[in-house]
Amino acid sequence: MTIATAPASLEALAAGYAQARASITRTVVICAGTGCLSAGALAVRDALVKSIAARGLPVVVELKEEAHDHAPRDSTLVGVSGCQGFCQMGPLVSIEPDGILYQKVVVGDVEEIVAETLVAQRPVARLLHRAGGSTCHGQAEIPFYRRQKRLVLEQCGSLDPEDIRAYIHHDGYLQARRAWTQMSDEAICKEITASGLRGRGGGGFPTGRKWEVARVQPGARKYIVCNADEGDPGAFMNRSVMEGNPHSVLEGMMIAGRAIGAAEGYIYVRAEYPLAVKRVRRAVADAEARGILGDDVFGTGRPFHLHVMEGAGAFVCGEETALLASIEGHRGMPRPKPPFPAISGLWGCPTVINNVETLSSAVLILRMGAAAYRRNGTPGSPGTKTFALTGHVANTGLIEVPFGATLREIVFEIGGGIVEHGKVLGEEGFKAVQIGGPSGGCLTRDHLDLPLDYDSLRSVGAMVGSGGMVVMSRATCMVDVARFFMSFTQVESCGKCVPCREGTRQMLALLDDICEGRGDEGTLALLEDLAWTVQQASLCGLGKTAPNPVLSTLRHFRDEYLAHVRDKRCPARKCKALSPPEIDEVRCKGCGLCIKSCPVGAITGERKQAHHIDPDKCIKCGACVTACKLKAVA
Amino acid sequence: MPTTATAASTITVDGRTVPIGQARNLLEVVRASGVDLPTFCYHSELSVHGACRLCVVDVKGRGVMASCSTPPEAGMEVVTRTEPLRRMRRTSVELLLAAHNPEGPSCDRAAACELQDVARKVGVERVRFKPMGRDLPLDRTSAAVHRDPSKCILCGDCVRMCAEVQGVSALDFAHRGAATTVQPAFGRGLGEVDCVGCGQCARVCPTAALIPAPEIEPAWKLLTAPSTTAVAQIAPAVRVAIGERFGLPAGAETTGRMVAALRRLGFAKVYDTTFTADLTVWEEGAEFVRRLRSSDEGPLPLMTSCCPAWVKWVEQFRPDALPNLSSCRSPQGMFGGLARRLLPKALGIEAKDLAVVSIMPCTAKKAEAAREELRSEGRREIDHVLTTEELARMIDGAGIRLGDLEPEPFDQPFGMKTGAGLLFGASGGVAEAVLRYADAVLGDGSRRDAVWEEVRGPGALRVATATIGGRTIRVGVVSGLRNAGQVLDDVKAGRLALDIIEVMACPGGCVNGAGQPRPARGAVDSRTAAIHRADRCEHRQNSADNEEVGKLYKNTLGEPGSHTSHELLHTTYRPRRRIDDLDLLLTAGEPGGKLLTTVCLGTSCHLRGSQGVLRGLLDAVDAKGWGAQVDVRATFCLEQCASGPNCKIGKEVLTATTVDKAVAEIGAQLAARPQG
Repeated sequence: MTIATAPASLEALAAGYAQARASITRTVVICAGTGCLSAGALAVRDALVKSIAARGLPVVVELKEEAHDHAPRDSTLVGVSGCQGFCQMGPLVSIEPDGILYQKVVVGDVEEIVAETLVAQRPVARLLHRAGGSTCHGQAEIPFYRRQKRLVLEQCGSLDPEDIRAYIHHDGYLQARRAWTQMSDEAICKEITASGLRGRGGGGFPTGRKWEVARVQPGARKYIVCNADEGDPGAFMNRSVMEGNPHSVLEGMMIAGRAIGAAEGYIYVRAEYPLAVKRVRRAVADAEARGILGDDVFGTGRPFHLHVMEGAGAFVCGEETALLASIEGHRGMPRPKPPFPAISGLWGCPTVINNVETLSSAVLILRMGAAAYRRNGTPGSPGTKTFALTGHVANTGLIEVPFGATLREIVFEIGGGIVEHGKVLGEEGFKAVQIGGPSGGCLTRDHLDLPLDYDSLRSVGAMVGSGGMVVMSRATCMVDVARFFMSFTQVESCGKCVPCREGTRQMLALLDDICEGRGDEGTLALLEDLAWTVQQASLCGLGKTAPNPVLSTLRHFRDEYLAHVRDKRCPARKCKALSPPEIDEVRCKGCGLCIKSCPVGAITGERKQAHHIDPDKCIKCGACVTACKLKAVA
Repeated sequence: MPTTATAASTITVDGRTVPIGQARNLLEVVRASGVDLPTFCYHSELSVHGACRLCVVDVKGRGVMASCSTPPEAGMEVVTRTEPLRRMRRTSVELLLAAHNPEGPSCDRAAACELQDVARKVGVERVRFKPMGRDLPLDRTSAAVHRDPSKCILCGDCVRMCAEVQGVSALDFAHRGAATTVQPAFGRGLGEVDCVGCGQCARVCPTAALIPAPEIEPAWKLLTAPSTTAVAQIAPAVRVAIGERFGLPAGAETTGRMVAALRRLGFAKVYDTTFTADLTVWEEGAEFVRRLRSSDEGPLPLMTSCCPAWVKWVEQFRPDALPNLSSCRSPQGMFGGLARRLLPKALGIEAKDLAVVSIMPCTAKKAEAAREELRSEGRREIDHVLTTEELARMIDGAGIRLGDLEPEPFDQPFGMKTGAGLLFGASGGVAEAVLRYADAVLGDGSRRDAVWEEVRGPGALRVATATIGGRTIRVGVVSGLRNAGQVLDDVKAGRLALDIIEVMACPGGCVNGAGQPRPARGAVDSRTAAIHRADRCEHRQNSADNEEVGKLYKNTLGEPGSHTSHELLHTTYRPRRRIDDLDLLLTAGEPGGKLLTTVCLGTSCHLRGSQGVLRGLLDAVDAKGWGAQVDVRATFCLEQCASGPNCKIGKEVLTATTVDKAVAEIGAQLAARPQG
């Protein structure tokens, strides 16, 4: 509910916050993104507060609003932030103004941090990040951060996501106010169009054009919807923004709402993101309480309200027409387009649906100006893009780079190289990157120097997608990867149209055949033929892109498929049925135990000589693996 | 921006210029141009679903699109046949065949399977994919429609028909991916939920996933049992459709040959439900006049009760309108009552040896015959109901060639009919028959045989205003239950004033019933025309002129509305719960011996505030520490909708429940319990 208040004075709120902060001389920020939380960040926070207080030092955990409640002089503020990105190294603790970032902090480290850093003003070297043989003090020295361009994520790791004043203090809601009080709807659309911003949810449609289409639609009721139903396996970009800077999403929606003439909006958050749901709800309630959202936005006399809705738990609800159906209370099934939502969307009204990152970017564009924004990225794909960097890479986490960055920069500089069995490898260890999740495609060593943007990726059969980026080492079987993604889309198909529902099921069955040794070259041909039909004939984006992982691995790694079907061999030795055990000649001492255990007599060898397995006879039962005491058979 | 299409705009289809006209989508334009693209999920009367992907076309400059969901724009260049398009269609159908549990020749739809038909059309020669059919249990809980989910191809036609045309939504999609099914709420049987039995789902089902509940086997058993004398009644709409199954054009006149065929099947007597349709006009006409004269006789508008799907719909969804429903049985029901009372003596047989079989265009009539209200002396008045399609199969099965038979007349006295009675077979017919009758009985007779064009024709709602005997009568005609619900809303809100409303659940009336042979495009209109033609061919067009009906009153019934009439020709209704035996447990105390309290959360009680009662009750149970002694459940209907909110405590049903009242009752019952 809206609490009727006078239109907010952002300046007064910001000034109040600055005053409350005036007596803080040091801040200790603990990352409270989901990764760090699950690694025990809150326990670290509590221990820190306790330890500082035990030494009789002034410590606060919350900045009070009233002047008499303000912290005593020279206080230490122990706060939390949203995801700081370097998830692999969490829990992360940053200390300012010392410029220190501690990693993998546990409760047992707290005493030392307080004694050394807070009291004695010395860094604890063992908690600092090390890269290339040297110790890095803070973000500025860590290659993982140094090679990024954090615009959307800039405030994620520093602001308290649950304090609206912190956001306002950092110029928050100024652009929403400008949009509502000083700019025409047309001017906003023009600015966004001029910025060249393209939808960050995967489609890459020009955002300004989408807004403009909705803007010129007749009708008193229009809606703005934030698609926060992030569902790609391994992707957590939107989650991090919502958890780390929820107000930027709200402000983006206010700007979009003003641009198209909407008085209402929905934030459709994936229900499996409880923390994001909580923080976005809190943000909406706080913005309402401060009169930023409500019946009289910035004294214009016009209303703007936001509702937070939890997703229905299906991947397909991220498809925009299914998402709308879900908000309306129906089963989340896509419907044919046209009509496009910008013309007829939620309850038949013109509706703009934008992804979290797109909306956050809109705030930046108004703040920086379109021209300055365009200086990032490439002419066709201006700006930056967040990616969730995961897989066989040394530094996993949330990153943001300008469009045009190369895969090499991301994998080897930000990501710190390929990791295999704990060892960091160079280019020789790299096999591929799956980009765009289950809808995307793979990039190979040939693409390491390709500047990543919407058009270049499309030209090589991949897509930017929403930002999932899985790095795969040479130990990966690409057929198995395709099968993994196919099993995902097959389960997540809504079941409406025939090619997607039945086609993905049959594609998965064909991939099972290939991985389990039942395939032949006819299987490959049928798989390709079927993939083509599913891609061409499916109803919605989910089905149309579901074959991409198969088609792109077939395109770039056909040899691997052929090895599976022709030679019945999995080159990466991932597919069990096609990976007969082999005997390590160095380890084998020729004891003969494996020969005795083999039920089909496939193992031969002289006593005290390395033995050998005949792959044609072997039935892959694994008895020899168990029998060997020297772990020579695998 | 798209070019706005005008009536004069054209597109090209396979190189030929075709006008867009009034077409709403590309598929309609393509079909109007003479190219019959296959579809499973497109029906012009339903919303666009876009799921089967067979109607794909190639639009120049845009690529492959589903034509059903693409608005036509002037100048589009559409190609319907390219090798890629053929490949796509073929693959889609192959995928469906692989997912379908094929039963082969024994399948209910073996001879008329749309899946087979389309597979042939798109050129499937073999299925390259793995069979992945699912073995799902049959649902035979409904007396009207049976479900075989393993044959379902998930086109969703039934779901949209039930929701968009009938406003019932007894079926919907559940689960996702390959586990997707179409099913009633909570996975229950059709007979356990709010399905009204109209069978329109089965009418649009392209496979045998939904079929009229079969009764051929038991019917054969009756016909061949030595001691049994079987009689048949045939509804008006059957005769204008059965010929389609024997190669005759839609609407062909087959009455006499059909009667002959029934005798050959072994029916001792063949009667005409048209006779009881005339009788219905007398009874319902009298009821209407009584209500017109005094509101004590019941409220207006009077609503017809010939359609059992509509009757069940009112019982479930608008119990407040039950008093408006005519107490007359449907013509089928009236025949049952009369047959049991009069035929044993007339035919000189023992009552127990009489078997009554109806031939109906309808699936809801199957469920109607099974109703408690249509039982007498411990047995069903109507033993079996066969659909038109089932009769055709029996005729086929007996090796009878319908076309070769010499026409024979119905048996008397229940074979006499008027044109007005025949009109019952199409939407508007009951209203027209009643108007003619009113003119004969109350008016000057100037329109006693007139054709009332106002109540014929298309349009969801038709209204005729007639001044008869100095009184203006406003007659409304509606078909499709969703439309009917709208009419009820409008009447209730005062937006529409009507004295009598005719409702048929199936769009267009019984000619389009779910028991009819599957119509070719346009066949339903031909059937309606045939009904109207048959009316003009009868030498009596007014039910008042049915002499045998007159004699029946003289000899047996007395007068319309008499005690005997009420016994044989009228029935009763009651609010009906929409889902069987499904209560939600909201609190759970210790096991055993707990006082069961159920609060109705059905629509009617909900509107009267039952949620508040439930909440208050749960709080009170907490506050008083009754948790171990009381079970609180929510239920969906206690079938006393008019006096809600209803609540059942122990064996006691409380009406107009308040929290205080319920708490007092629980307290009293707990206190009365033996201690220990």
